[in-house]
Amino acid sequence: MSAEENKGIDRRGFLAISAAALGGVALAPGIRLIEIAGARAPDQAVTNTVRWGLLIDTNKCASGCTDCVAACASENGLHATGHPRTDAQWIRKVELKDLRSGRAHSVPVMCQHCEHPPCVDVCPTGASFKRADGIVLVDRHTCIGCRYCILACPYKARSFVHEEHTDQNPDVPRGKGCVEGCTLCVHRVDRDQQPACVEACTKADHNAMTFGDLNDPKSEIAKRVAQFPTTRIRADLRLGTGVHYQGI
Amino acid sequence: MSPKGLLRTAAWLALVLPATLLAADRTPKPSIVIDKPGQCVDDVETMRRAHPDMLKHQRDQTMHKGIRTKRFSLNGCVECHASAKTGSVLGEQGFCQSCHAYAGVTLDCFECHASRPKLASGVRP
Repeated sequence: MSAEENKGIDRRGFLAISAAALGGVALAPGIRLIEIAGARAPDQAVTNTVRWGLLIDTNKCASGCTDCVAACASENGLHATGHPRTDAQWIRKVELKDLRSGRAHSVPVMCQHCEHPPCVDVCPTGASFKRADGIVLVDRHTCIGCRYCILACPYKARSFVHEEHTDQNPDVPRGKGCVEGCTLCVHRVDRDQQPACVEACTKADHNAMTFGDLNDPKSEIAKRVAQFPTTRIRADLRLGTGVHYQGI
Repeated sequence: MSPKGLLRTAAWLALVLPATLLAADRTPKPSIVIDKPGQCVDDVETMRRAHPDMLKHQRDQTMHKGIRTKRFSLNGCVECHASAKTGSVLGEQGFCQSCHAYAGVTLDCFECHASRPKLASGVRP
C-alpha cells in the first residue's frame, strides 16, 4: 500500500469518527432530527416507530355528553339518512352501570385500533389493513362490502354504508357499498393534528380524551399510561388495542 | 305538384333535414373549460393518457403509507378543475364527467370522493 493511499484511508477514518462523535454529542442515540421536530414530511411513509393511541378518562366523561360523537359526525360527514338503525356510527357513547354498587360510567367506544385486528384477519380482499403506525383502516378501493369484518370485530366498531352520499368532506371519501369505521382521523393525524373527537373534548374543557404516540415515553399519553392504572376493553382477547381507558 | 305530393315532400324534408344538420353534433364533444388557467402537474398529452395511473399510484401511497403529497392528489385535481359555475367537476359541463362521457368511461371516483373542493370556511353548501 502506498503512502498516499494510507493517507486517504486515514482521512476517511478521521471523518467517520468525527461525524459519529458530533452526532453523539448533538443527539441521543436512536433519535433523528425529524423525530424531534415531531412532524413527518408529506412525502415520508408512516413507520412503526410511532404507535398512535387514545386514552379515555371515564371519570371526566359526563353521562349524556355527546360532544365527541357530534364532532366525529361533522368532521367525517356522517349525516343521518333517515334510517337510524343502519346509519354509520364511528363512535358511540355506552352507558355502564354496576348494578350492585350503582356506580355508573359513560364511555365513548370506537374502533380500538388493535395491534392484532380480527377485522384484518378475516378480510378476504386485504381491504381491511393496519397502517405501520397502528391505525386500522378500510381501503375502500378494494372493499367488496362483504361485512365479515363487522362480524369479526368484538367492539362493534364498523358500519356498512347503505345509502349513496354526495356531500363528503374532501378529506374523508365515503360511499355506498363499503364498510367503514373510525380512522382516528387519519387525515388530520397526517397533518399533525388531533382527531376531531379529542379536539372537541378538549375544546369543551372536558379533557377526557388524550391522543398521542404510545411509543414515545415523553408523550403525555405514554406518561399517563405508565403512571395510572388503565384498562383495555376485552383485554382477555389480547388484541393489543390502542385505545386505553382509565377509571373503568 | 299535387297537394299530396307537396305534403309528402314536406314530410320527407322534415325528417331528413334535421338529421343532416345535426349529424356533426351527434356526438357531444367534451366541454373543456379551464376556469383557473395555469400549469397542470404535467403536459396535456401526458395528463390525458396517464392521469388514471397517476391517481391510482397516489391513492395506494396515501391510503397505505400516509404519503399525502399534493402533486397527484385527486383533491388537487378537483380544486383546480371544478367549474366556476357549478363548483363541481361533475355535471354535463363538468371537467371530469363531460370527457368521460365522451370517451365512454365510467367515472367511479366520485361515488365516494367529493366532487367539490373544500370551502375555505370548512362549511359545504
